[in-house]
Amino acid sequence: MRKPLLYGLGSLFAAPALAAEMSLSVEIPRLDVAEYHRPYVAIWLEGSGQQHVADLAVWYDLKLADAEGEKWLKDLRQWWRRSGRNLQMPVDGISGATRAVGTYALQLNDQQGPLKTLAAGDYQLVVEAAREVGGRELLRLPFSWPPQQNRTESVQGQHELGAITLELKP
Amino acid sequence: MKMTYKWAALTLALCLPLSAQAHRAWMLPSATVLSGDEPWISVDAAVSNDLFYFEHFPLRIAGIGALDQAPAGGPPGMRPRPAAVLQVLAPDGSQLQPRNGAIGRYRSTFDVQLPLKGTYKLAIANQGLFARYSENGENKRWMGKADELAKAIPADAKDLVVTQNDSRMEVFVTSGAPSETVLKPTGKGLELKPVTHPNDLFAGEAATFIFLLDGKPAADVEVSVIPGGNRYRDQLGEIKTRSDANGHVSITWPSPGMYWLEAELSISENVAKPATERRASYSATLEVLPQ
Repeated sequence: MRKPLLYGLGSLFAAPALAAEMSLSVEIPRLDVAEYHRPYVAIWLEGSGQQHVADLAVWYDLKLADAEGEKWLKDLRQWWRRSGRNLQMPVDGISGATRAVGTYALQLNDQQGPLKTLAAGDYQLVVEAAREVGGRELLRLPFSWPPQQNRTESVQGQHELGAITLELKP
Repeated sequence: MKMTYKWAALTLALCLPLSAQAHRAWMLPSATVLSGDEPWISVDAAVSNDLFYFEHFPLRIAGIGALDQAPAGGPPGMRPRPAAVLQVLAPDGSQLQPRNGAIGRYRSTFDVQLPLKGTYKLAIANQGLFARYSENGENKRWMGKADELAKAIPADAKDLVVTQNDSRMEVFVTSGAPSETVLKPTGKGLELKPVTHPNDLFAGEAATFIFLLDGKPAADVEVSVIPGGNRYRDQLGEIKTRSDANGHVSITWPSPGMYWLEAELSISENVAKPATERRASYSATLEVLPQ
């Protein structure tokens, strides 16, 4: 019980208020369909030429027996091509269960994780969603790192994803 | 008369191993890019007009289904042509056995489980001689292996023309990350040497392949690429190109889907006797994925 608290405090101190931050919000929309399954979602960063830089999250069915849920990871076509096929799933800090309808936040800063080693430059945040017996959608949000000022980028999905918003703070 | 001619042409087309004359022979995998543990693919194999619909004859493959019960691939009473020999190569270069083989009126079908991560190759390759000659004023045809020719053709045959035929049909499938081992050419007949991995094809992107004849870059190879699904299209949508002096071909895929690639080369120089002409063909079923 105590450890997570201490760890939480520790990381709070490790990330001073001056750290450059990235807040991402991803909406999984409510869909009017007869058979609904939660989508598989991959979120990653890419550099120029769509070069894969870092995975931020992969939400898939990781509770199925015999890792049967991994059978459908290739439906996240671009993520599978750029990253997934080279990974041994699950990956700590990236893998997670599929999410229900709602809006989900991801917080990152330059004190830890992939942003710690991210070189200055132009990037794109990519969100790809694929749904069983449903469709697939891929959205990109361009941004520059590190941010020079507060900045908000957003894009609206059309059928598998809702609003994706990226907030950057220097 | 017309019918006889048609059957003769058809028989010839079907007997020339995997020949594209009039009909197209193909294998269609259920998937080419797979994730998860030891996934399966299921493969249809047929000879048809439209791609990829089984509507004419099954592709006869040794060990796949009860071949003696299956249609011979021609008019009633026709002697069945020899079954094709299928190779299933695993990423480590070992050979796998297809499973659950069956042959029906229009298609053969089999499964392959993919135990290793990497790229697999399914290949059907043939090499043989085709002879045309006349005997007692009657036109005859013969097909077989080089060492059978002397016995099969009568000594008094006239107007004998012997053609060497090489054909190869391939399908590539990758579980996990792509690998290169099975892509190594055999050095026989017409082959495709990928520059772009054949399981890394995406709509709107260009893929580069090198065509080789007996392991050496082959210039001027005629290449035709046809997207599947032409039953519901008015236009074939064929992409035609030729290999350059270094055997290179570049293809930009207009849309995602299954494509049938066919390459052909006819030469009359440096042909091994007794053949005076050589015809080499290559075909592959390639999957192009969406962006």
